[in-house]
Amino acid sequence: MNRLPRWLAHHLAAVRVVVVLTLTVGLLYPLAMTGVAQAVFGHRADGSPVDKDGKPVGSELIGQSFTGTDGTPIRRYFQSRPSAAGDGYDPGSTAASNLGSESVVDVLPTPGEPDSGKLSLLTQVCERSKAVGEFEGVSGARPYCTSDGVGAVLGVFREQGLTGRATRVVSLNQACPATPFLPVYEGVTVGCAQPGTDYGKALIVPVRGDAPALPVVPADAVTASGSGLDPNISPAYAALQAPRVARERGLSLDTVTELIKANTDGRALGFLGEPGVNVLTLNLALDRES
Amino acid sequence: MYGWLQALFVLALLVALHVPVGDYMARTLDGGRHLAIERRLYRICGVDPDREQDWRHYVLALLAFSVVSIAALFALLRLQGSLPWSLGHPGMPWELALHTAVSFTTNTSWQNYAGESTTGHLAVMAGLGVQGFASAAVGMCVGLALIRGLVRRSGTEIGNFWVDLVRSVFRVLLPLAVVFGLLLICMGVQQNLDGAHAVNTVAGGTQTLIGGPVGSWEPVKLMTGDGGGFFNTSSAHPFENPSSLSNALEILIMLIVPTAFIRTFGRMAGNLRLGWTLLIVVGILFGLLLAAGNLAQSAQTGTVAQAVGAQMEGTETRFGIPGSTLFGVSATASADGALNSSYDSFSSLGGGVLLAAMMLGEIAPGGTGSGLYGLIMIVLIAVFLGGLMVGRTPEFMGKRIGFSEMRYVVLYSLVSPALVLTFTGIAVGLPAGVSSMGNVGAHGLTEVLYAFTSSVNSNGSAMAGLNGNTMFYNLTMIVAMFVGRYLPIVFVLALAGRLVRQQPVAVTAGTLRTQGVSFVVLATGGALIVALLNFLPALSLGPLADGLLG
Repeated sequence: MNRLPRWLAHHLAAVRVVVVLTLTVGLLYPLAMTGVAQAVFGHRADGSPVDKDGKPVGSELIGQSFTGTDGTPIRRYFQSRPSAAGDGYDPGSTAASNLGSESVVDVLPTPGEPDSGKLSLLTQVCERSKAVGEFEGVSGARPYCTSDGVGAVLGVFREQGLTGRATRVVSLNQACPATPFLPVYEGVTVGCAQPGTDYGKALIVPVRGDAPALPVVPADAVTASGSGLDPNISPAYAALQAPRVARERGLSLDTVTELIKANTDGRALGFLGEPGVNVLTLNLALDRES
Repeated sequence: MYGWLQALFVLALLVALHVPVGDYMARTLDGGRHLAIERRLYRICGVDPDREQDWRHYVLALLAFSVVSIAALFALLRLQGSLPWSLGHPGMPWELALHTAVSFTTNTSWQNYAGESTTGHLAVMAGLGVQGFASAAVGMCVGLALIRGLVRRSGTEIGNFWVDLVRSVFRVLLPLAVVFGLLLICMGVQQNLDGAHAVNTVAGGTQTLIGGPVGSWEPVKLMTGDGGGFFNTSSAHPFENPSSLSNALEILIMLIVPTAFIRTFGRMAGNLRLGWTLLIVVGILFGLLLAAGNLAQSAQTGTVAQAVGAQMEGTETRFGIPGSTLFGVSATASADGALNSSYDSFSSLGGGVLLAAMMLGEIAPGGTGSGLYGLIMIVLIAVFLGGLMVGRTPEFMGKRIGFSEMRYVVLYSLVSPALVLTFTGIAVGLPAGVSSMGNVGAHGLTEVLYAFTSSVNSNGSAMAGLNGNTMFYNLTMIVAMFVGRYLPIVFVLALAGRLVRQQPVAVTAGTLRTQGVSFVVLATGGALIVALLNFLPALSLGPLADGLLG
């Protein structure tokens, strides 16, 4: 060993150390942990499965969609948050939208190819808010949203590019022949947007509108989560849905509110994180009730 | 209010725990007897544990270990399809396999793939998991070597790399992993060897749940500065981070080893006061980042945030916005790079804070080992500048910091900005770099800047809108990660080799004291000025432009 050049000796030692580490911390450690975990924390180690009528229906930690096969929400069930994981709540492709706070201009689909566009985060939020509002029978209005549920964003062409008089104004997210959410801006008639046209030279001006700063539809109802598998909704969103679910199931609002409370995880230790209502266990409890 | 209470709670627990853990590390890592089982292990590996190395041989051993590690991991990922426990996933394409191998060996763990659809259990356990331990231990080795360079009074040896490596893994990281792993499993993190299994959901659809040894992976991912998720969305995934309680624990796990290392340094230097002083510097930097992050995340300056009414996009309900911000700042300031929310959907300025935490050189408290040596480098700059300002001899712990020592310090601190800015410049100048952006405009630039800052600084967190799995990004990031990790290490070890030969000078009235308010201000200011000078222009074009003009 000592007769070998030092660099070669190092490499031989390196190979052996890698092998030893692979066997110990690579195999022995996780397998031993699995053994202990299975023996001591069986249910949790198995991923906290939940049953309905003796059949597994998911995990209490993993959110699900409560929609019909066509994607429409089922009225008897509390609805989960929007999800960016696959087609929604797909543990095989967990993801967030990864869109930033200034994602406000849509790429409009070319006519005849509905999949060719790309919605901005703002329009996604507006669309969801409008849909939830209609579903729950409340106002879905939000700042920076048009009444037809897209981002209220103008593209303003000015005389000197960035400054000067407005010469042409386009409502960027409203494809023709839509009626622009604002008829006139700085004296110029607002036009609808032609799909495929490059409005890159225009200044982007989001228009706040007169919606209240605290919309009726809560924030978590219009945003996707970090994992796409968020099992919780906020107590506010649960409260918004409670009357509809009570009505559909012929239960009193008090019963539903009690069940919401029973399926709410408060802040851990009283101050860590945020309270959340577990949608899956809540819906299962409702199914047991009625 | 709850957010601040949560942060105070976690940080108080951290400060309390860092004392016993740091003391234990000092006692068990440096000197003392080899255990019988360790002696056997050294014999199997053909290593003489009692023969120490000078800095050149230390570097050689470290690089040899790293190259062999990359090769082994590359082979495992390529051949995954023909090995057991692959869950039916094929081997990775070569550029992705090489990227992943370099990424995990350099303690970066940037992932250009989604775990749930790419890696089987064997690749995670025996491949990525091993490098999680090993790459963290390598950082600890370099930290130990630099401490010895400062502490020892003669000779040329700075320790034995193999002994430092084996002890870091088996005496520190593994026991902590077992404890933290069991705690997390108790809180709901799954630990099994199942594959994917489909269930019929309540609404009548199907959902494919994916099992796996997540509980044993989680502490490795968090504690070692590794950060790569078992699943694509890492600690946002409920199987990796099921509750607000586990979230607090995970933040603590990310910060504990780097913070304890500061105590270890104080112990080994025989100067606990120095340890506390450095902890205060780190605490101030972390506090500034956290305050800025919380302000940016709660201010709702962005258009979408105002429409929503909160910075809620990409945030899990159970953690909330403060819990996500604290996690994000901890993951970027600690070099871990895990995530529990979408950093791409943070407010522009909030994302800028995460970038700044990495650009600070990941010293608050930084990576396992790498945080400490990065911090010492900043301290040396501060001592040198302070010495020049008041006309005193620059020295630290009795060692003179002259021209030849500063050469290594300066080279060290230039690696990161040079690589980050060069690669970002190349990427935004080429169509192959621009087409991967997930957002447009200034936010797109931020994504690219974030990617290379994360790669060079071995962080591994991502603004995941950027599609990194292209030939261009795989190859450029391989270079960025490799050079960004090992070149600074070579400079640190070279410096340790110089320092260890120096006879300490006597402390006189002319010595700049490394304690007290003036030193804290000097060191904190030094860290901020170095980072700002290097990165302010890039930050202005990215997150600042995005937030102020957007």
